[in-house]
Amino acid sequence: MTGAPIPAAQLADTGTRTRTAARRGPSLGRGVLHVSLIALMVIWAIPTIALLVASFRPASVSNTTGWWTAFTPPWQFTFENYEYVLSRGLDQAFLNSFIITVPATVLVVMIAAFAAYAFAWMEFPGRNVLFVLVVGLLVVPLQITLIPVLNFFRDFTPGGIEINGTMLAVWLAHTGYGLPFAIYLLRNYFGSLPREVFESAAIDGASPSTSFFRLALPMSVPALASLIIFQFLWVWNDLLVALVYLGGESSNHPLSVVLANLTTSFGGGWQYLTAAAFVSMIVPIIVFLSLQRYFVRGITGGAVKG
Amino acid sequence: MFDALLDNKLLAAIVVIVAVPLVLIGYILLVEAVLRRAPRRWAPGLRPWLWLAPALTFLGVFLVYPTIATIIRSFQNRRGNDFVGLDNYAWFFSQNDTLIALRNNVLWVILLPLLVVGLGLLVAVLVDRVRYESTVKSIIFLPLAISFVAAAVIWRFMYELDPNIGTMNAIVTAAGGDPVAWLIEQPWNNLFLILVGVWLLTGFAMVILSAGLKGISAELLEAARVDGANELQVFRRIVLPLLAPTIAVVATTVIIYALKTFDVVYTMTNGNFDTNVIANLMYQELFVGGQPGRSAAIAVILFLAIVPVMYVNIQRFRQQEAIR
Repeated sequence: MTGAPIPAAQLADTGTRTRTAARRGPSLGRGVLHVSLIALMVIWAIPTIALLVASFRPASVSNTTGWWTAFTPPWQFTFENYEYVLSRGLDQAFLNSFIITVPATVLVVMIAAFAAYAFAWMEFPGRNVLFVLVVGLLVVPLQITLIPVLNFFRDFTPGGIEINGTMLAVWLAHTGYGLPFAIYLLRNYFGSLPREVFESAAIDGASPSTSFFRLALPMSVPALASLIIFQFLWVWNDLLVALVYLGGESSNHPLSVVLANLTTSFGGGWQYLTAAAFVSMIVPIIVFLSLQRYFVRGITGGAVKG
Repeated sequence: MFDALLDNKLLAAIVVIVAVPLVLIGYILLVEAVLRRAPRRWAPGLRPWLWLAPALTFLGVFLVYPTIATIIRSFQNRRGNDFVGLDNYAWFFSQNDTLIALRNNVLWVILLPLLVVGLGLLVAVLVDRVRYESTVKSIIFLPLAISFVAAAVIWRFMYELDPNIGTMNAIVTAAGGDPVAWLIEQPWNNLFLILVGVWLLTGFAMVILSAGLKGISAELLEAARVDGANELQVFRRIVLPLLAPTIAVVATTVIIYALKTFDVVYTMTNGNFDTNVIANLMYQELFVGGQPGRSAAIAVILFLAIVPVMYVNIQRFRQQEAIR
């Protein structure tokens, strides 16, 4: 989301690098160092662990005793909370999240790739001005777009069908909102590909579309992977866009909206709320654990949208 | 037929996933086929615009036009049929509730970047010196993958008043204190909402700062140490200045998060107990209050607050392009 950040050299390796002996501090402070790092890890992990443990505890103990007592006998664990929330509409919300997220991701990546390729490898008047506009749009708060876009969805009724409240509305809106970051990320990556490759392809008679599909895209797999993960998680985790454009159409609500509604309506029913929260987290956590490398690269290689 | 398609969401989604790529690829192939037949001198001028057309359409419809329309709408009355000058803005700056929301956003904008960047830098520096670096990073980074809504549920559970359930109060009572109503006690409840953001975003700052840190040459640091600089001096005189541009990037990103913060407040307190923020206020005015004019004015105020950040970003982008 921020424009033009870190010098490329600094991003060369974001993974762990072999540490030289010099990087280690004096042995005196080692103990303090380990203790503070372990404390940080515990503080960061406990909230999630608490939620996970509580979600497997029966209501009778979950609302009267702390999650930490689950580790002492009598051990009481159950899947009932998950069965309950999934049978009360969370299964539909889970499906809705996928139905919203996958097309919104496909649309953004493809449309951005065409535009990014034009920005990176085609000459035209106004190219720089237009790209600066894209950089500016990166930070535009989507709140400022809500009212006109909502009116647009209400007024624009192809074939007499109101788009407002449908999946189409969220697909289109997410595509619009996701494009500045996607164009920015891909244009920077396309632009860093070696010029000679495209020049010699053109000399050999390759059309721009051939260069794009056969050269630019295959060479940009890491950037495309980062972008796909990013857009997927952003749409999956979004609350505001779904809340506004799906409105009262509760059969279309994704996990984020259902979970936010449960928070107010379930009150003290921690066993259900914790299970529902974990259902909403499971896909992002799997994506994160399996594709962490690309996720990190997406963040460092151009920043993040907000 | 369109109606039936939209009713069956799953079918519609599959059609979209299959058809949209085909249509878009078809569009580009069609563009190229047409340009091949067009007069030779037209093609280079036309091609970029045809490749850009889908993106520009979306940006125009969903970002550029709505921004302008909202600015205009903010000068109109509730029903949008008459101009009322600055009335909506005057309303915003004269109400107790809205000024509290403004104050809270100021708190968010100051505290969130300070804590996130500070902690992120601390972790990045510390973690560079141990073998289990990747484990620490993964644990601190994980919250970034989940939603603010899920984080809000996680932390409502942590902040639960009953010390038999809420972890925070269990610790407080174990230490001999009385249970604290974390989300009700003013003005501290704002801090406890901000801490949810800190928990979620520190991993973001850590990852970027850690990458920046590893880009600093080890020889440079070693040379300073040989010259007799202690660790603190090395950090203050070498690491910090070299990292300053990266810190600025992280800070601006977090500032924007803080300005736009919505999900955490909406889910945890819905702005009650004097915790409201501008983005939630805007939502409430629109959907609860039925005041699009005021809501638009709030959105414009939020936008104006972000304009300086936008300017800084564009300047930074220009500088980087100049180096390229």
